[in-house]
Amino acid sequence: MSLTETTEEISIRVGTICDGLSGLEGALLPILHEVQEEFGFIPEGALQTIAKKLNLSRAEVHGVASFYHDFREEKPGRHVIKICRAEACQSMGADDLGDHAKRKLKVDWSETTSDKNVTLEPVFCLGLCACAPAAMVDGKVVGRVNKDRLDRILSEVRS
Amino acid sequence: MTVKIYIPLDSGSVALGADDVAKAIAAEAIKRGEDVQIVRNGSFGMYWLEPMVEVETSRGRLAYGPVAVEDVDSLFDAGFLGGGEHKRFLGHTQDIPFLKAQTRLTFQRCGIIDPVSLDDYRANDGLKGLENALRMTSEDIVKAVTDSGLRGRGGAGFPTGIKWNTVRQAPGDQKYIVCNADEGDSGTFADRMIMEGEPFVLIEGMIIAGLATGATKGYVYTRSEYPDAIRIMNEAIEVARANKLLGPKVLGSDYAFDMEVRMGAGAYVCGEETSLLNSMEGKRGVVRAKPPLPALEGFMGRPTVVNNVISLCSVPVILEKGAEYYRDFGMGRSRGTIPIQIAGNVKHGGLYETAFGLTLGEIVDQIGGGTASGRPVKAVQVGGPLGAYFPQELFDTPFDYEAFAKADGLIGHAGVVVFDDSVDMMKQARFAMEFCAIESCGKCTPCRIGSTRGTEVVDKIARGEDPEMQKELLADLCETMKFGSLCALGGFTPYPVMSALTHFPDDFKPHALDIAAE
Ligand SMILES: Cc1cc2nc3c(=O)[nH]c(=O)nc-3n(C[C@H](O)[C@H](O)[C@H](O)COP(=O)(O)O)c2cc1C
Ligand code: SF4
Ligand code: FES
Ligand code: FES
Repeated sequence: MSLTETTEEISIRVGTICDGLSGLEGALLPILHEVQEEFGFIPEGALQTIAKKLNLSRAEVHGVASFYHDFREEKPGRHVIKICRAEACQSMGADDLGDHAKRKLKVDWSETTSDKNVTLEPVFCLGLCACAPAAMVDGKVVGRVNKDRLDRILSEVRS
Repeated sequence: MTVKIYIPLDSGSVALGADDVAKAIAAEAIKRGEDVQIVRNGSFGMYWLEPMVEVETSRGRLAYGPVAVEDVDSLFDAGFLGGGEHKRFLGHTQDIPFLKAQTRLTFQRCGIIDPVSLDDYRANDGLKGLENALRMTSEDIVKAVTDSGLRGRGGAGFPTGIKWNTVRQAPGDQKYIVCNADEGDSGTFADRMIMEGEPFVLIEGMIIAGLATGATKGYVYTRSEYPDAIRIMNEAIEVARANKLLGPKVLGSDYAFDMEVRMGAGAYVCGEETSLLNSMEGKRGVVRAKPPLPALEGFMGRPTVVNNVISLCSVPVILEKGAEYYRDFGMGRSRGTIPIQIAGNVKHGGLYETAFGLTLGEIVDQIGGGTASGRPVKAVQVGGPLGAYFPQELFDTPFDYEAFAKADGLIGHAGVVVFDDSVDMMKQARFAMEFCAIESCGKCTPCRIGSTRGTEVVDKIARGEDPEMQKELLADLCETMKFGSLCALGGFTPYPVMSALTHFPDDFKPHALDIAAE
């Protein structure tokens, strides 16, 4: 995928996604997920295309996309690390772990490192509460993450 | 002879290395010329023993755990394929005390079978409930569910049979069964475990709900944080279609039922049933005012059953063994069994299905074995982020909807999160407010604005700005949220906040809160 996609290219790819899914009852969320899967985020230019295909206003589509924490407005880093911030993980040191990650990566929650390599996102429960603290690295679950384990994960995604 | 080895595919086990262990065992078997078949099963839910590897031997299924990749070599050396002695040896799986003491009705096959094998499911009494239901009238199915005493396991505890009857009697050509698999509560993973470990029981439960109400289409709304559960559910649905369990003629009958999985997008409030329906319709996940009830005007404005995963998964056993069988477990108005999820700072974390009625102390100290850190238990949060924090003094509270309500708490989805004495309860109260602020759907002012005020008030106590007055303010704020909120997000956030304040007043003194800049 090239970094400098024209609005037209985006529109064509988004249009294809819409055509494939618009038959579903309540197609907007499945379409937004698919668009994010394709681009890593919801490109500004996608909103208009989706709106047209679903017969909605652009503002409506934007309203929906912005409601949900999952949908990003900006391109994420090459790797996405999600760290659970919810209570069961807190009881096993998740706050310290999150702080450690932020320090190491020099980012705050939902930010991407300056080299565009890693995006750090908070998540509230991964259903791994009996293996806390939990994280998800590029879609893969990791349990009982301590600082050492996190450091190893960080060096793996850096290499 | 081929030796069968079971290694869970459950994401909790995978998070602890099950995939790597499976690879290592497969590679080592080839190297040693051993004839093995690796089955990826669900988890039994004993996470301190995961990855737990089982071997089928002439003596039955024997377990080893927790197994690390480094153990694999020595396991082969010890002859684990024949049940050899090893430091990780646990004996017969079914004799492990944590499992043996349970009453597994809903989770009876979880861990035992290959999750996506319909043959395995049938061979272990699967589909018997549905077969019975196909011979019954819709009234009789609803009556069985009502008589069983089953109450919704999603949190509100509403009688499932009554809900079904409303949908059954509602006029409409198209009705829906929506399974709420949003499972956003911290400390809960029962829905995930059963979708990953025994997806056919959910499919069976949803078909029965369809027969009972006249609904022909089902949706499972699952959170995006559960990619593995989504993949396995989808795979099972495909198998069910191929075997005519789903489709225009369910098991050759005149009933049609089909279903699909929908994915949420990281909004806790979308677990609330009307917000969920909006989300499924492609809208913002804003909570709807009731009435109209979803049972009458639900998905796409049509009659809709919205039930939690565990509610639906408890139906097949009720139809198989009868309402009385199920109702005979439990206490008071809490009938049947409940999968308690023991999590957080606890030695034996996992899922424990049992009849209602155990005390909180039995759950935490005896079954859970106390804290993982070895320090004393200070607080236990029951029922997720909207549930109360319990001190040791309330450990005699029995696990029962009414008893928990009486103790100013709730059972919710039955998650129990243990904290040791290093926890700062004022920080937990602040987090409850912060979480509400992050996840509020924005419809009611007390929830949207009150929660942000709440965090500020706690910060003022921490900084020592007239703490006594701030505490009163916090209590007032909770009162406003409790009575001025449309749904339980704003309405129940006061539970964790007020329970922390009431039971742990010593923590609400000026001190550094140890919170990194947001
Ligand atoms: C903020 C909020 C979040 C909720 N999250 C869930 C959830 O994740 N899963 C669930 O089954 N019910 C959840 N509920 C309860 C649902 O609104 C509803 O009561 C339930 O799905 C009904 O199914 P049941 O009767 O089988 O429990 C939530 C409620 C609120 C207010
Ligand atoms: S209480 Fe909060 S989450 Fe619930 S409807 Fe009101 S604003 Fe939305
Ligand atoms: S609270 Fe972190 S995984 Fe559930
Ligand atoms: S989910 Fe983000 S504001 Fe409601």
